[in-house]
Amino acid sequence: MKKALKLICGFSIFAFLLASCGGDSSKNNTLEATKKQGFVKCGVSQGLPGFSNADEAGKWSGIDVDVCRAVAAAVLGDASKVKYTPLSAKERFTALQAGDIDVLSRNTTWTLERDAGIGLTFVGVNFYDGQGFMVRKNSGITSVNGLNNTKVCTNTGTTTELNMRDFFKSKGFSYEPVVFEKADEVVAAYDSGRCDTYTTDKSGLAAQRTKMKNPDEHVVLPETISKEPLGPVVREGDSAWEDVVRWSLNVMIEAEEYGVTSKNIDSMMSTENPAIQRIIGAEGSKTGEGLGLDNKWSYRIIKQVGNYGEIYEKHVGANTPIALPRKGSANASWRNGGALYAPPVR
Amino acid sequence: MISNALKSFNIFLENNPRFKVYFPQGLLIFFLLIVVLYFSINAGTNMASRGIETGFGFLNKKAQFDIQFSLIEYDGGMSYGRAYLVGLLNTILVSVIGIFFATILGFFFGILRLSSNPLASGLATGYIELFRNISLLLQIFFWYFAVLRLLPPPENSLIIFDFVFANIKGIYIPRFDWTNLDYFLYGLLFTFLLIYFFNSYTKKLRNITGKQLPNISISFLILFLVPTIVIFLFNVKLEFIYPELKMSKNIYNYEGGVTIIPELIALAFSLSLYTSTFIAECVRAGILGIDKGQKEAAASIGLTKNQILRLIVIPQALRIIIPPTTNQYLNLTKNSSLAAAIAYPDIVLVFAGTALMQTGRAIEIVSITMFTYLTLSISISILMNWYNKRISITER
Amino acid sequence: MMKNLNLLWFKEKFFSTPLNAFLTISIIYLGFITIPPLANWIFFDATFIGSKKSDCVSGGACWVFVNVWFERFIYGLYPAEEIWRINLAFGILAASILVYNFANQKIRKYILIFLFGVFPFISLFLFHGGALGLPVVDTREWGGLFLTLVISVFAIIFCFPLGIILAMGRRSTLPVFKYFSIGFIEFWRGVPLITVLFMAGVMFPLFLPAGSNLDKLIRVIIAITLFEAAYMAEVVRGGLQAITRGQYDAAKSLGMGYWKSHFFIILPQALKIVIPGITNTFIALFKDTPLVFVVGLLEILGMINLAKTNPNWLGLATEGYVFAAFVYWAFCFWMSRYSLKLENRLKTSN
Repeated sequence: MKKALKLICGFSIFAFLLASCGGDSSKNNTLEATKKQGFVKCGVSQGLPGFSNADEAGKWSGIDVDVCRAVAAAVLGDASKVKYTPLSAKERFTALQAGDIDVLSRNTTWTLERDAGIGLTFVGVNFYDGQGFMVRKNSGITSVNGLNNTKVCTNTGTTTELNMRDFFKSKGFSYEPVVFEKADEVVAAYDSGRCDTYTTDKSGLAAQRTKMKNPDEHVVLPETISKEPLGPVVREGDSAWEDVVRWSLNVMIEAEEYGVTSKNIDSMMSTENPAIQRIIGAEGSKTGEGLGLDNKWSYRIIKQVGNYGEIYEKHVGANTPIALPRKGSANASWRNGGALYAPPVR
Repeated sequence: MISNALKSFNIFLENNPRFKVYFPQGLLIFFLLIVVLYFSINAGTNMASRGIETGFGFLNKKAQFDIQFSLIEYDGGMSYGRAYLVGLLNTILVSVIGIFFATILGFFFGILRLSSNPLASGLATGYIELFRNISLLLQIFFWYFAVLRLLPPPENSLIIFDFVFANIKGIYIPRFDWTNLDYFLYGLLFTFLLIYFFNSYTKKLRNITGKQLPNISISFLILFLVPTIVIFLFNVKLEFIYPELKMSKNIYNYEGGVTIIPELIALAFSLSLYTSTFIAECVRAGILGIDKGQKEAAASIGLTKNQILRLIVIPQALRIIIPPTTNQYLNLTKNSSLAAAIAYPDIVLVFAGTALMQTGRAIEIVSITMFTYLTLSISISILMNWYNKRISITER
Repeated sequence: MMKNLNLLWFKEKFFSTPLNAFLTISIIYLGFITIPPLANWIFFDATFIGSKKSDCVSGGACWVFVNVWFERFIYGLYPAEEIWRINLAFGILAASILVYNFANQKIRKYILIFLFGVFPFISLFLFHGGALGLPVVDTREWGGLFLTLVISVFAIIFCFPLGIILAMGRRSTLPVFKYFSIGFIEFWRGVPLITVLFMAGVMFPLFLPAGSNLDKLIRVIIAITLFEAAYMAEVVRGGLQAITRGQYDAAKSLGMGYWKSHFFIILPQALKIVIPGITNTFIALFKDTPLVFVVGLLEILGMINLAKTNPNWLGLATEGYVFAAFVYWAFCFWMSRYSLKLENRLKTSN
């Protein structure tokens, strides 16, 4: 009988141990795991035009989506080998921590608290943003100083709520916050007249404006009340993967600076300019070695996804419904007075 | 070897009946301990490695966010604890309103369904089958995003009876402005005490002499008479502060008066509709559950039709109706947590939403929230059990 | 003569008392002001065929929206070239139910064994893939009505036995089992599903060893199962309580042990009594599935919310909601009617 007891105890302890060591193996080697599984696990928003949005065929597109596509092109050779997970603001960090996703590219603001405090690392900035306000054109409000006594729609789970209070407090204005869980609900509520103004990141405002019944009736106020650099995030402590994501982003910015586009890249293969040679992975450059990739990785990114300028114009540029002007904003290249500056590829 | 061990184990069990009692219980405790230990060790190491702080100290910290609608005074400068209280009170508010209307609607449609008029019972059946078979979340979305959105902007508000103003930003009603309100409240208290003592007196009288006074009529008379006297005696006055349309730039808003936010309306409305269908079924079952013989017996001892309904049918039907209805009240309270979907600042949106995001204390906050709902549920259970016991048959 | 009788019946039914007459007239009036505009919106003025929003010019409902997005509403973001796998699985299910209805008792038993023992694995394999040349379709791409059905069917399959065990535990004479069951049941019944899902979706990874992971869909199904099992347990307990002592004693006198007597004597009777309660729990579970939006799973309502914000399809929320409402209503109504039928059939066989 003692034997039986021992058997049962032993079995339960064994099961317990089995459960506790499951899954530990791939933790610190996302790059190898990604190559093996054949797709990049990418966390995106639940639908923000220009950044990450799905169409009726179930295809995702946007600036944030293209970061993941670039990583897939670099690592797997095919930009379409990405599996997207739409995430709410609430769950995005735990999803990354738990390994549900390997890259979080979901208009996430880079802050000290998030970078240092929760086991995550920001690899760069793919969009410089700041919080602003949108009002109806016929409201007669032309600057944030006219926002006293208004009803303000916004969504929870972000720094927006705190910035908003700081702003109204510092101005001595009274206001009434109407706080929703999801951006789509905020848009629907604001659009129907529930609120007088809508506040979130300015890019978000421009993107959400396209979801209004009459986008032309709304205007984004010129002032920016906060700094919101948005960028992709990975788990801390996996430097190989971190490097791959960081340089997938950097090479797109770098390509734009040197005028390499998806269209002219093939004709550039014979260029004599060594900087361009390195960027496009022409004969003899060995940029892939340190990253654990082959040397054609950057060529594939630019060929399949494009350079930063192309991506910007395609998703949020002047010819899109979102129409965020790039010139004069922080998102312009540093050569044009913007803040977009990538470390050299060499 | 294993089969041998199991065999000897079985023989052992048969020979030791006490072991048969204690062993499985010990095993269950052992497994529970292991599971709890396993999860808490993991949580401990994970939180340590991610630098997540623990503890309830954050409740005293400044919340730094504002809330749209609050029953008590609140401002972002106050603590997270205060924000929690605001959310809790809002949850209770919408639950109470929902329970009130769900009960009325439920009884109405429950009785209507038993009507001999096929149109009436058909309408009730249609109502019940329609609203009970559609997901509640969908109904909330529908009323909030599809129906309430049809209200006009403030400058063209729907004006009802000259004092209710309905527009897309909410429904505005006059605020009460009392003079000498405390006298009136004391008067009301006195009235209720008077009614209570009067009723216990007549009950005694009936038990002793068998005389039945017109209790209800006299009670109503007291209820009407005493406050009226108080109002004239102490100069109690009630004035209304009407909401006024104000304009700044080209934005119109009503100010003054009481605002009922559309989120509250949509949520209370859909909760009432949804829950009333279940209550209607309870009511129907309750009324059908009464033996026909009861009514015939009551009629044969000479009770009037009114008395039969009041003294025989309703008390017995209530006994069948109340337990399942209690469950529906509990469900309604828990379902009010769907508020987060439409920006009604209940405990889930304010506390398990915003506060959680700002502090990152997921475990503490979700535990507090769950514990709060548990407490609410248990309170309603206890209250209704007490009522149920009061009206149940006392067997002699 | 006949005419007179009809008139009498009519008067008796609709105008017997002043109250009754008032009811009749107000209901007719209500129908008169609501039904024609509703019917116009839904059918007569509606646009059914087209490919973009601008095709809707008739002023009624724009069913083009549902038409174009139909595949997304049903299958979510499942890859288009793999959709046949879902269709195949549900085809097998439908075929076996059809055969079940026409087969004799012996074949029925095999079909039941197949449905509960084999079919779940076949369907899971088909949905997920990963062998025999079927590419893997990750659960994050599952969505729409398909996901609603996967969640509810698996949660129903798991919560049923768990609920029975909990109900038996609550009536157990062993105090540890009894109080554990009571605590478990009352805990899950006391908290809202939304917080439970939030825990499963967002907090649960904190309780697992660093780096290990359980699929989000599995976590959600476990959460819903535990939650509904508590309700199921209370329903089953009601049935167990209704079984008279004599049944227990009779089973005991036949030399049956605790498990044997429960499985062959007590439970079959108890479950038969509480069929309506069980169906209601299933319906409640099905209706609760949209709540998975808190953890970012896109079942049918989630897909509609996604679609209605697509810049090309704005302002069509009502059509989407009406479609979802119709789907939910159809499933729940069918379930409740089926349970009624089952109840009646079992009653007569008794």
